[in-house]
Amino acid sequence: MSGQGWERTLGILAVFGVAAGLYTAFVYAPPDAVQGEVQRLMYLHVPLILVGYLAFFVVFVTSILYLWRRHRGYDAIAHSSAEIGVIFTALSIAIGSIWGRPTWGAWWTWDARLTTTAILLLVFLGYLMLRTLVEDPSRGATFSAVLGILGFLDIPIIHMSVVWWRTLHQPASILKPGLSTVAPDMQMALYTNLVAFGLLYGYLLVKRLRIEETREELLRLQMERLG
Amino acid sequence: MGGRMIFARRVAAIAWKDLIAEWRDRESMTAMCFFAFLVLFLFNFALGGDQTLIRGASSGLLWLAFTFTAVLGLARSVQGEMTNDCLDGLLLYPAEREAIFLGKLCGSFIVIMLVELISFPVFAVLYNMDIWSQLPKLLLIAVPATFGFATAGTLLSTMTVGLRAREAMLPFLLFPLTIPLILAAVRGTEIVLRGEVFELAMPWLKLTGAFDVLFLVGSLLTFELLIEE
Repeated sequence: MSGQGWERTLGILAVFGVAAGLYTAFVYAPPDAVQGEVQRLMYLHVPLILVGYLAFFVVFVTSILYLWRRHRGYDAIAHSSAEIGVIFTALSIAIGSIWGRPTWGAWWTWDARLTTTAILLLVFLGYLMLRTLVEDPSRGATFSAVLGILGFLDIPIIHMSVVWWRTLHQPASILKPGLSTVAPDMQMALYTNLVAFGLLYGYLLVKRLRIEETREELLRLQMERLG
Repeated sequence: MGGRMIFARRVAAIAWKDLIAEWRDRESMTAMCFFAFLVLFLFNFALGGDQTLIRGASSGLLWLAFTFTAVLGLARSVQGEMTNDCLDGLLLYPAEREAIFLGKLCGSFIVIMLVELISFPVFAVLYNMDIWSQLPKLLLIAVPATFGFATAGTLLSTMTVGLRAREAMLPFLLFPLTIPLILAAVRGTEIVLRGEVFELAMPWLKLTGAFDVLFLVGSLLTFELLIEE
């Protein structure tokens, strides 16, 4: 199969995956015994954030590879993955917030995991902003790679600090229900969505790389015409 | 003379150059001290003069004043190298790139520490705090936290110095990354100012240490790539 063929297949799989995911989340899975219908948001919230983390991990790995090998392709993957990661993380936080309002009684709480995720989002928003501001592409790639690596390594430290910050003086206030106590139907819905969003991430990444490729081709043609 | 001695002398030479430049015009020291004073002063109004509220929030306010102030100094330290192509001259200096980074870092660190030392009495007077008996403990908290902040700041200001929006970009990148340091410094200072046992501050000191190591090693490994571009 050609490159475009793979792309199309991945796109079709992502569409079916997300459709199946939405079906399992909103129709197939039973409403939660305690939280009722609103709990269904979990099927979007959790996969979105997990795939978001995966996207930032990809940024971390490709940033290291870029600094090591100096191949433009790694930089393009890091950039694209960061963009998708930011969108997925922001969506997950937004959905979580909508879920939190009826269940916790607040749009936002300074829970350790929430705080760390919000900071992760800020770090990578800064990363994307830095990219748009550096005019020289090779400088931009190096700067972003350094930031992508340090930012990712910093997150465990931030997590540790906010856990301590919350627990030194007061006990953890919110405990999410563990997966082990979840009914098989619900697990099924969660896993379906996880696969679906994973596919969607893959598809968006491939598409985004194609745009990058086209843009570079366009630049090259322009340069050629100008002589 | 051993290689290590030479390295240390080069670091000291660069730091010394920065400190002399700073001493000659005293521009950023004055601006930083004034800014720290202003922030401490304004918080009092923001909190409506409520003394119990202010006492409870004081260590947080102190460190907010320091972080805002430090950003001013960090931006200027690297910015100074951009005028009159000083950076090219600095790169011609026959020293390892690591020595250049450490020299710039030491210069910024000393300037920020000085501003903090000048701000402590102002803080003590404005907020009615007895900090004199606790000063050694406060320094145990402040020195490693400031060092980490200066390390991350020196690296990031090298990245942002050539940008159009550098004034906005440096804090935008620096503050999220240095949250562990700011938190640790605030909690540590709180423990000291409340007169609690110093043991309680140990986890925070360890956290500061972990951050310092991560950013120092990261900077030394990557500074050459940044400056060479």
